[in-house]
Formats: sequence, structure tokens, C-alpha cells
Amino acid sequence: MATGTPDQAGLLTRIYRFYRDGFRQMTLGRTLWKIIFIKLFIMFAVLKFFFFPDFLATKFSTDTQRADYVIEQLTQPAQGYTKPVQGE
Amino acid sequence: MIENLDLGMVNWARGQFALTAMYHWIFVPLTLGISWIIAFYHTIYVRTGNEEWKRLTKFWMKLFGINFAIGVATGIILEFEFGTNWSNYSWMVGDIFGAPLAIEGIFAFFLEATFFAVMFFGWNRVSKGFHLFSTWMVAVGSNLSAVWILVANAWMQHPVGQAFNPDTARFEMQNFTEIIFSPYAINKFVHATSSSMLIAALFVLSISSWYLLRGRHLIMAKRSIVVAAIFGLLASVFTIFNGDESAYEIAQVQPMKLAAFEGLYDGRQNAGLVALGVINRDKKVYDTQEPFIGFNLHIPGLLSLMANRSFNSFVPGMKDLVYGNAEHNILGSAQKMDRGKKAVVSLEAYKKAKKAGDQAAADTHLATFNEYKEFLGYGYLQKPEEAVPPVALSFNAFHIMVILGMLFPLIFVGYLYFSLKGTLVEKKWLLGLGTITYLLGIIATQAGWVVAEVGRQPWAIQGLLPVSVARTNLTTGTVQATFFMFLILFTLLLIAEISIMAKQISIGPEEN
Ligand code: HEM
Repeated sequence: MATGTPDQAGLLTRIYRFYRDGFRQMTLGRTLWKIIFIKLFIMFAVLKFFFFPDFLATKFSTDTQRADYVIEQLTQPAQGYTKPVQGE
Repeated sequence: MIENLDLGMVNWARGQFALTAMYHWIFVPLTLGISWIIAFYHTIYVRTGNEEWKRLTKFWMKLFGINFAIGVATGIILEFEFGTNWSNYSWMVGDIFGAPLAIEGIFAFFLEATFFAVMFFGWNRVSKGFHLFSTWMVAVGSNLSAVWILVANAWMQHPVGQAFNPDTARFEMQNFTEIIFSPYAINKFVHATSSSMLIAALFVLSISSWYLLRGRHLIMAKRSIVVAAIFGLLASVFTIFNGDESAYEIAQVQPMKLAAFEGLYDGRQNAGLVALGVINRDKKVYDTQEPFIGFNLHIPGLLSLMANRSFNSFVPGMKDLVYGNAEHNILGSAQKMDRGKKAVVSLEAYKKAKKAGDQAAADTHLATFNEYKEFLGYGYLQKPEEAVPPVALSFNAFHIMVILGMLFPLIFVGYLYFSLKGTLVEKKWLLGLGTITYLLGIIATQAGWVVAEVGRQPWAIQGLLPVSVARTNLTTGTVQATFFMFLILFTLLLIAEISIMAKQISIGPEEN
């Protein structure tokens, strides 16, 4: 792949060097990577972990329980509709 | 009772989703579109060997990189919200979207890790052919990675290829090809990507016009403009045509959305498209107020043509869709509510019978459920009028998008004409307008999503699941707090984007 490597190193080594040199020569890229990492950290380590639990995954341990809960949500009057009368 | 429901929570959750989706969609169209323009610039460089084209390509690549880095992963936040705020919905559609979205994520990661790296690091280090190939692959891959999320959105607007399983409470995939090749999905993908190409062309126009006004980087700016204007002209004309096709599909599947974004209360034959008019925000579907305030201008027959491909055809209005219209065989939401309630009741009775081990009763209730299940969502509405989305917002968003959509091709033609005549630099008025066109593009594309999403209210899944049932049973406070966290996070990201971009734009392309 890489043509600029002087020696006849193996493919993997050449790929490694390609990335390594690419990253080393970055200028603006360094700032951008920093932003990416800070963002990912805030998103996953803070927001996801503390504020965005998967509601059904944390509240129940089996899929059957989750299914039952959702069906209940779909058929319980407190969920935003007046419970219809049978045969209405 | 609807009064008992914490509607505040639903609205905050919707607001949060809108906020994150709209911020996310500031970054995405530019990434999707500019990757193609860069591929063209790069191709011209490889074919001509002219160093000026290389400089130009590298400059736009740099801006692409900034936008990509800041925007990347902002969409994942939407997935967090699904699991936390919209857990009923997430559970119900998990079978359809879980795996494909995950596969797409992995695919996008590997693509980005390979071809992005070669695109940015590859100058003089890989062969010119492989380097160019990688640049094209970045464009292809970025756009492909938008496929599944747009298919998912299209499915919510038109839920085909599924069957609801009352035992698992899930919509299960029955027909993969029907989902992925539904005309809704195709239109959505084509309209979203072509409008993104148009937006990227506006981005290039805006920055290049600014350079021309300042008398800087003249050759680069002029060359960038010619390619972007040709590309933008084609993309904008194509966007108008496929937008029209979207409207046609909507007329067939979501006629309420069409009636709302055209402010059409009473259905009619030879219906006109509103060319000028101020919508009356206070009008309700049940009252006799005028739909428009003061003067309004309709182009006769055009709405009928758009909706049904025939000038004389009947386009149902919101009243027909709410209260029914026997003459035109239209079932109103009032009648659909009756059927929907039967679906809800039989679903509950089915579960009870199953629990009690009464298989015969379970079978009977299941048969009733299956008879009415296509109206399930209507069973949760309180009043037939709830099936009407916010009219003024849908109307205004649609008309802003369309007016701007008509303006953009004219701007591109203007740029091309004066570029060919060699007098572009003298046309300060056009260059002035050009500098703000990117902003106009962002307004149009955001308006597009408002049309698509506000226009489909109250549905999370059209006709099957209203947002009030799709959500999680949480308190308003929890959602409010995270709303503001996102507001801060995204605003910081946007400030970072604008300031880093502005700095790089003011530095300009690197000298060779
Ligand atoms: C004049 C021509 C246009 C027409 C007739 C048109 C039509 C439409 C329609 C009917 C929708 C709603 C689709 C749905 O609800 O599923 C839509 C959505 C959208 N429009 Fe447009 N549009 C036009 C121009 C534009 C322009 C100029 C842009 C951006 C620069 C744009 C960007 C979008 C986006 C991003 C969406 C949401 C995605 C989607 O639903 O496809 N549109 N458009």
C-alpha cells in the first residue's frame, strides 16, 4: 500500500508506519483528536453512565419481564388514554 | 386520562430529541455532501497534475476534517435518549433496528479508520490512484452510513414489512427488502443526501465568495466555485424533483401531514398549492375561522398534481381526515379511534386469557386484535382532533424549505453565468448573497426535518404508537436536567466548530 517507505518491510509494518507518521505529522489534527476524546469521555463516562441508563435493561433482568412491562404500558389507563370499555 | 399523564415529560423528551437531532443535523449534511465535492476536486488534481488543484483539495479536506471531528458521534446521543426516554418505543422496534444499526456502526468505524486515514495522510505516501480511490470511498462510505438510520425513520413514517407480536410486545421484521426498499425509505435517503450535496455546494460558495470579496486566494476561490456551482445546480434540481416525489408518497400514506403543511382544512378537487399566505395560528380543525390571515395566493391544481399526479384529483383536508368523508371513502380519526380501542382492549384481554391458561379465549381475543391492530395507535387518542399535527409550524417549515429550494438553483446559475463571463468578481451583490447562502441552506435542511417530524405528530410510529405511549414513565425533572446538559454540550461543540473553522478559513490554503 504505502509507496514511500524506503525498506522492504512487511505489509503490517508499513501500515503501522503509515498511521504512526500520519499521526505524528498532524498539527490541527491534534486539537481535533483532543476534542473527539473529550467529547467521547463526556458522552460515555458522564452522560451515558450517570444520566442515560437503559431504562428496561436496568429495571428488569429478563426479556419476558420487559415484554410484560411494555404490554402493561400499552394496556394500562394511566399511560395516557382512557381505558376503553370492553366491546365499545 | 390524558390529564393524568405527565405530558410535560413527553414534551421535554420530544424537545430534547429535537434539540439533539437538529444540532446533529448541522454537522451531518456538510459531511455527507462535501465528501463528494472533495472527491471531484481530488479527481481533477489527479487528472491534471496541477498543484493549485491539490492545494485547493487539501484546503477543503481540512474543513471537512474539522466538521467531521466535531460532529462525529453526536448522533449516538440520540440512541441514549431512545433507551432512557423512549423505552417502550425502543423495546417495540428493537427487533427491526437493533442489529442493522449496530452493523452499520461497525462498518462505519472500519471505513473511517481505513479510508479516512489514507485520504488525510496519503499525500505522497500512497499511489495517486489509491489515494484518489480512498477519497471516493470516504464519500461513498459516509453516505452509506446514513442509510439505515434514514430507513428507520422512513419505517416510522410508514411501518411496512413488520408484524406485531402480542407476546413479546415487539414489531418483528417480516420482510427485510420491503423495509429497506420501501419508497418512503428510498425517497428519504435520496432527498436527505441530495439536499446535503446542495448544502455542501453552498458552503463552498459562501467561503469562496468571502475570499473573492476580500480579494484573497482568487484562483482557488474561482475554481472552487465553478465545480461547486455545477455540482450544486444538479443537486438542487434533483432535490426539487425528489422532494416532489416525497410529497406524493406522503399524500398516499400520511395525508394528514400533507394537509397540515399546506394548511388545507377542507378537502377539494383541483386543490391549489399555497404560493403566498400567512397561516392563521389560532385556527382549529373544528372551528370556522379562516385558515389564512389576509391575502393568500394558491396556484390552482398544483397540490392535486403533487399529491395524486392529476390536476383534478381530490386532496383530503384535515377536517375530512378527522371527521371522515363518506363521499370520498375516507375514514376519519374518530372512526379509527373506535377500532383502535377494540385493538387495545383485545390485546389486554388476550394477555389476561393467556395468563389464566384459557387458550380458547386467548385465540378469540387474538383474532379480534388482528382484525383491528392496524388502528392500534388510534386507541390511545382522547379526541379525534389529536390526530392533527401542529399546523402552523408544519406549514411554515414546508414553505421555507420549498421557497429556498427554488432560490438555490437560481443562485448557482448566477454564479456559473458570471464565472463563464469572467465578471464574477465584479458582482459584489451576488458575492454578498453568496456568503450567506450556507446559512440559508442550513435553515432549509432544518426546516425539512421539522416538516418530516412535526408533521407526523402525534405518532412515533404512524398510526400504531403515539409519542405519549412510546415514552418512558419518567418524571419531567430528569429529562429537563439532561436537556440543559445537552444544550450546553452541543453549544460548546458548535462554538468549537465555528471558531476552529473561522481560524482555518482566515489562514486559507497552505502555500506550496
Ligand atoms: C423545492 C423543493 C422541495 C420539496 C418539494 C421538498 C419536499 C420535502 C418533503 C415533502 C419532505 C417531508 C418528507 C417526509 O415527511 O417524509 C421533505 C423533507 C426534507 N427536506 Fe425537502 N423539499 C424541497 C427542498 C429541500 C431543500 C432545498 C432542502 C435542503 C437544503 C431540503 C431538505 C429536506 C430534509 C433534510 C428533509 C427531512 C428528510 C426527509 O424527510 O427526506 N428540502 N422535503
